[in-house]
Amino acid sequence: MSTATPVRPEAPEPLAPAVRQRRGLPRFGGTAVFAAGLALAAVLTAASGWSWGLFAVLGIVLGCLVTYVVSRVVEGRRKATDRLVTALVSSAFAVAMVPLVSLIYTVVSNGVGRLDGTFFSNSMVGVVGEGGGAYHAIMGTLIITALAAVISVPVGLLAAIYLVEYGKGRLKKVLTFFVDVMTGIPSIVAGLFAYALFAIFFGPGIRFGLGGAVALSVLMIPVVVRSSEEVLKLVPNELREASYALGVSKWRTILKVVVPTAIAGLGTSVTLAIARVIGETAPLLVIVGITAATNFDPFDGRMATLPVYAYYQLTQPGVPPEFGIERAWTAALVLIIIVMALNVVARLISRFFAPKTGR
Amino acid sequence: MAKRIDVSDLDIFYGNFKAVEGVNVSIEPRSVTALIGPSGCGKSTFLRSLNRMHEVIPGARVEGKVVIDGQDLYGSDVDPVDVRRQIGMVFQRPNPFPTMSIYDNVVAGVRLNSKKMKKNDLDDLVESSLRGANLWNEVKDRLDRPGSGLSGGQQQRLCIARAIAVQPEVLLMDEPCSALDPISTLAIEDLMTELKDRFTIVIVTHNMQQAARVSEQTGFFNLNGVGQPGRLIEFNPTEKIFSNPDQKATEDYISGRFG
Repeated sequence: MSTATPVRPEAPEPLAPAVRQRRGLPRFGGTAVFAAGLALAAVLTAASGWSWGLFAVLGIVLGCLVTYVVSRVVEGRRKATDRLVTALVSSAFAVAMVPLVSLIYTVVSNGVGRLDGTFFSNSMVGVVGEGGGAYHAIMGTLIITALAAVISVPVGLLAAIYLVEYGKGRLKKVLTFFVDVMTGIPSIVAGLFAYALFAIFFGPGIRFGLGGAVALSVLMIPVVVRSSEEVLKLVPNELREASYALGVSKWRTILKVVVPTAIAGLGTSVTLAIARVIGETAPLLVIVGITAATNFDPFDGRMATLPVYAYYQLTQPGVPPEFGIERAWTAALVLIIIVMALNVVARLISRFFAPKTGR
Repeated sequence: MAKRIDVSDLDIFYGNFKAVEGVNVSIEPRSVTALIGPSGCGKSTFLRSLNRMHEVIPGARVEGKVVIDGQDLYGSDVDPVDVRRQIGMVFQRPNPFPTMSIYDNVVAGVRLNSKKMKKNDLDDLVESSLRGANLWNEVKDRLDRPGSGLSGGQQQRLCIARAIAVQPEVLLMDEPCSALDPISTLAIEDLMTELKDRFTIVIVTHNMQQAARVSEQTGFFNLNGVGQPGRLIEFNPTEKIFSNPDQKATEDYISGRFG
C-alpha cells in the first residue's frame, strides 16, 4: 500500500469557495415581485372597467409571469422555476380560501346584528315580527345531537374495534364495504328511514326528538367507524405483541393498551363526527319538525333545531320579513360557532391525551 | 424457576407455507442458548413458536410438540395466555407502552392482568425488576416520566425489566441488541449473564461474536433455498460450534464462506 501519497505544496493556495456566491433576490423579494405583478393587473383591470373576476385571473397570471421573468434574469433558471411553482401553489391556496372567507364574512356580517341576549334566552312563542330568539332551537340541537352521539359513539367505536382487532376474511370485507356505502347515504334518506320506522309503531305523522337522534345516528355511525378504524390501525402492532407476550388476554390488551394509545385520535374522530351531523337539516325537518316553544323532552312532541329553525325563518319569515331573515342568519352564525368550538375541543383532546414523549 | 424446553418434530407454517421443518432440540435450564443463521431461515419464527406468539399472526400455525416441564404447550387444554405468562419475550425493537410512565411500564404485566397488589409490593417489584435489568440507577429519580422518553438502550432494558417483572420461567429474546450501540449491547449482554442464574434464556442474534460471548449452547438454522423451509442444521455447545462444528454448512457460515 505504498502508492503515491499526494504531496502537498508547502503553502497551499487559498481555495475558491466551494459554493459560489450567487446573486439572489432579497428576502421577501419574490413576494414583492409578485405584488408588483398584482399591481400591474389592478391597473389593467381598472383601465377596462373594474371586475373582481378579471382582476383575480389577470393578477395570478401576471404575478406568476413577472416573478418568473425577474427571477430568471436575476437568479437563473432553476431558482426561477422554484419561484414560479411557489407562486402557483400559493395562488391556488389563496383561491381556495376565497369561498371560506367570503362565507364567514357574509354570515358574520348578516348574523352579528341579532347575536344578543334575547336571541339566546327567548323562544319564538308569540313572536310575529321583531324580537324572538333561538333558545328553543339551540337546546333542541344540543339535546338531539347529544342523543345521537350517545347512540352512535358506542356502536361506532365497538364496530371499529371489531373491524380492526377481530374481523377477518369475507365478513370484514363485506362490513367495510357497507360502512363505506352508508357514509354516502343522502341525509334525507336517513330522515325518511327514521320516519318510516317510527310511523310503524306510533302511526303516521309522528314527530319527536329521539327520531331525529336515530336519523342522525344513521349518518354518524359510519363516520365514527371509518375514522376510528383508521386511528386504531395506526397503533403499532408491536404494542399488541408486547402486551400478549406479558400474558395479557386479547380483550384486556385492546382495553388497556390499544384504546389508551389511540384515545387522542378516537376523541378527535368522535368530535368531528358530531360536528359533521350537527348541521343536518333534512332528516330533522322530516322527523322532528319545528315548534315555536321550548321542548326539553325528546320523547314527546316536536322540537326546534338550529338548522331547521334557520330554514323556517328564511322561508316563512313572518311580517315584516326582515326580522325573520335576520334571525335565520344569526342561527347560521351560532351553528358555525358551535362547530368551530367542537373543532377546538377536538384539537385540545388530541393535545392533552396524546402519548407524551418528554424526557 | 428456570425450566427445560424439549422440542420434537416441530413444523411451523404461515398459511400453507412451511417456514420451519423438523426441529428437534432440547434447551437446558439456567443457561443461555443462542440461535444463529442467515435472514429468513426461521430463527425468529421458531423463537415465537416457543411461547405461542407465532399464532398471533393470521393464518400461522404449528405442528409438533413443545414440552416444558412435562407439559405440551400446544396441548388442546392449554391457554396461550397462560403460556405467555410463563415464557416472557423481548423484541427486536424496544416497545415500551407509550401511554405509561416508566413505573407503569414495569408493572404493566401485573396491572394489565388486574392482579391486586399492595403499593409497597408494587414498589418493591419495580425496584427489583429495574435493578435486575440494570436500569434502576439511571431512572430511579424519574419513575413517573414516560417510558418513551428514554434512550433506545434504556428502553430495551426497560422492556427487559417489564418482561422479568411477571417472573417468567423462560425469557425469549429476539435480536434484542440489533438496534443498539456497542455500550448498550454490552450492558444487555452483562445482564443476560446475570439473569441466566434465574431464567432459561433463548436469544436470536445475527451477531456471531455475541453468540460466542454469551451462550452455552448454540443452534444454527439454515435453509436450502428460497421458498424452502428452514431447518435446524446443528445444535451443540457454543465452544464446539465455533471451533470444530460437525456440519460443513455451519463452518462455512461461521467463517464467512457462506453462499
